[in-house]
Amino acid sequence: MMVGGQSYRGGVGRGRPWTFYALALLFGTFLLFLYGPMLVIYLLSFQGPNGGVTFPMVGTSVVWFEDIVKPGQMANIPVSFGRSVALAAVVSLVTVVTSVAAGLGFRRRFPGSGLLFYLAVASLVMPSLLVGFGIGLEFKALGLKTSLFTSALGAQLTWTLPFGLFAMFAVVNRFNRAYEEAASDLGASAWQRLVNVTLPILLPGIIGVGMGAFTLSYDEYARTTLVIGDRNTLPLEIYALISSATSPTLFAIGTVTTGVSFVIIGFTLWRIYRMQARRTAARPVP
Amino acid sequence: MRTAPGRDRGVRNGGDFSVEPRFDVELVAVTKRYDRTVAVDAISLRISPGSYCCLLGPSGCGKTSTLRMIAGHEAVSDGDILIRDRNITEFPPARRGTAMMFQSYALFPHLNCLDNVAFSLKMRGVGKAARHARAREFLELVEMDELADRLPAQLSGGQQQRVALARSLITDPQVLLLDEPLSALDPFLRVRMREELKRLQRELGITFIHVTHSQDEAMALADLMVVMDEGRIRQSGTPREIFEQPASSFVARFIGGHNVLGTPGGLVAVRADRCRIGAPNGKAHLPGRVAAVEYQGPVVRVALELQSGELAAALLPDDVYFAGPVQPGEPATLVWSDADARPLVAG
Repeated sequence: MMVGGQSYRGGVGRGRPWTFYALALLFGTFLLFLYGPMLVIYLLSFQGPNGGVTFPMVGTSVVWFEDIVKPGQMANIPVSFGRSVALAAVVSLVTVVTSVAAGLGFRRRFPGSGLLFYLAVASLVMPSLLVGFGIGLEFKALGLKTSLFTSALGAQLTWTLPFGLFAMFAVVNRFNRAYEEAASDLGASAWQRLVNVTLPILLPGIIGVGMGAFTLSYDEYARTTLVIGDRNTLPLEIYALISSATSPTLFAIGTVTTGVSFVIIGFTLWRIYRMQARRTAARPVP
Repeated sequence: MRTAPGRDRGVRNGGDFSVEPRFDVELVAVTKRYDRTVAVDAISLRISPGSYCCLLGPSGCGKTSTLRMIAGHEAVSDGDILIRDRNITEFPPARRGTAMMFQSYALFPHLNCLDNVAFSLKMRGVGKAARHARAREFLELVEMDELADRLPAQLSGGQQQRVALARSLITDPQVLLLDEPLSALDPFLRVRMREELKRLQRELGITFIHVTHSQDEAMALADLMVVMDEGRIRQSGTPREIFEQPASSFVARFIGGHNVLGTPGGLVAVRADRCRIGAPNGKAHLPGRVAAVEYQGPVVRVALELQSGELAAALLPDDVYFAGPVQPGEPATLVWSDADARPLVAG
């Protein structure tokens, strides 16, 4: 086992080459570039009561967090957060059901399958603001009112469905058809095979797609903004606040929503990891 | 392996049948076409009840397609498949009386051994307690009852294979289909599992059809050995018949242990262990040069390049070789007696 593992290190006791440190520095800079801006936000959200939206920090406090739930200017934040989560949940569900069905269906080539696939994913490259605009115009032309679970849901699906398809194709590609043949061989009907074999085996990937769709929807702005109707989702609410008021409360909102995202994603990854680890546990020597 | 759990074969077949079928499996001009290529070309084969049949051939010879057609995982383009005198050509896999063991075993990764084995019973609506009890019997049969709670990923290759075997056998098949069952195992384990497969087949008294590209495996296991190439059956018979009377140069070369030699009287096959090196003394012979010498313990294999450019080998008992050793590069003559030469058809 692990033959050749040594060669990566260039032998024992010779130390690392200078290129290691150069690349490590480059990577460190990259990480700083990625996370630096958000770190500033998180730090400033703990600004003292007399501080402003820029450095320096004037002491530390959690008053800006208290501001979020206080009645007043921020009153819309908790309720828009609820809307965002509800919408993201529906988007995620629709995306998962559609992309699992499509992923399984596309395993078999059929006439026009290539064209259909490109048509489905081409939506990813459409300018997002214009997609939203188009949906808004359509609703107006048809005399329909734009709202959360009609036009906004549709606008977000134009984004999450192609993404879900792509991800699901990758998941399904790694699925060994012998599992399904074995299930048929053992007397499973098509439905039993799907429920007892195919879906459970694909489950880690399916959860991943659902999670991806959820987070895409949760912080979607461009497609949603023109079709949301009169009740904002969280990103739209925050944007409105940025243009009207500036206080560290915005940063506190950023910190809280990031925290929520991390908890959700962390929990999901942990579940997937547990599932995978159980299935691919180290094999004892025969 | 332990004694097989009780079986109820008659019930499966719709009850009372007084006439025992003549064959467990019968292929009648079975053909498989993919677009333009013909993978299996009108093969016919009859397998007697309770046989161990090995389909042997190089990759792409159609052996796996044949097995998958018998299993029902591949549609038959032409011809008929009969199992115990029932035409099952159009039947779904589970209604054929076959069970398949897949090359990768295809154990469901999310179910433990017990639930994997109990899967077919669950599909039939058997209650949890009953199906688990029956599954335990079959895990005992393959000596895996102690690891019933493990997931497939926690098992070695050999253990996975036993579970896969139990999962196939619990469906009470008349014919068990095995797709390269030993290829994923290390050589030592392969020989052990080979013995166990054969013992299990004898104990259960059902027909096994085993696809392999290994001559050793087929020779060791088969009652009926079927050598295939290019979608056709080149020769079928007992391993001994085929080894002693290979019908064509392909068969002689593929099963190994033979020299295929061009002689004035035509193409012949001569077993390498019947060939000697040295003076002809009036026997059949061909001149050449020693290409390599391999000491193999009981025998020494001397590889020759004949003057005609053909390659040949002599397997010499060690005492014979060491009575007159040769070195690579030396001239040498391959000698055999005419009684050992089998005339061949080309191909």
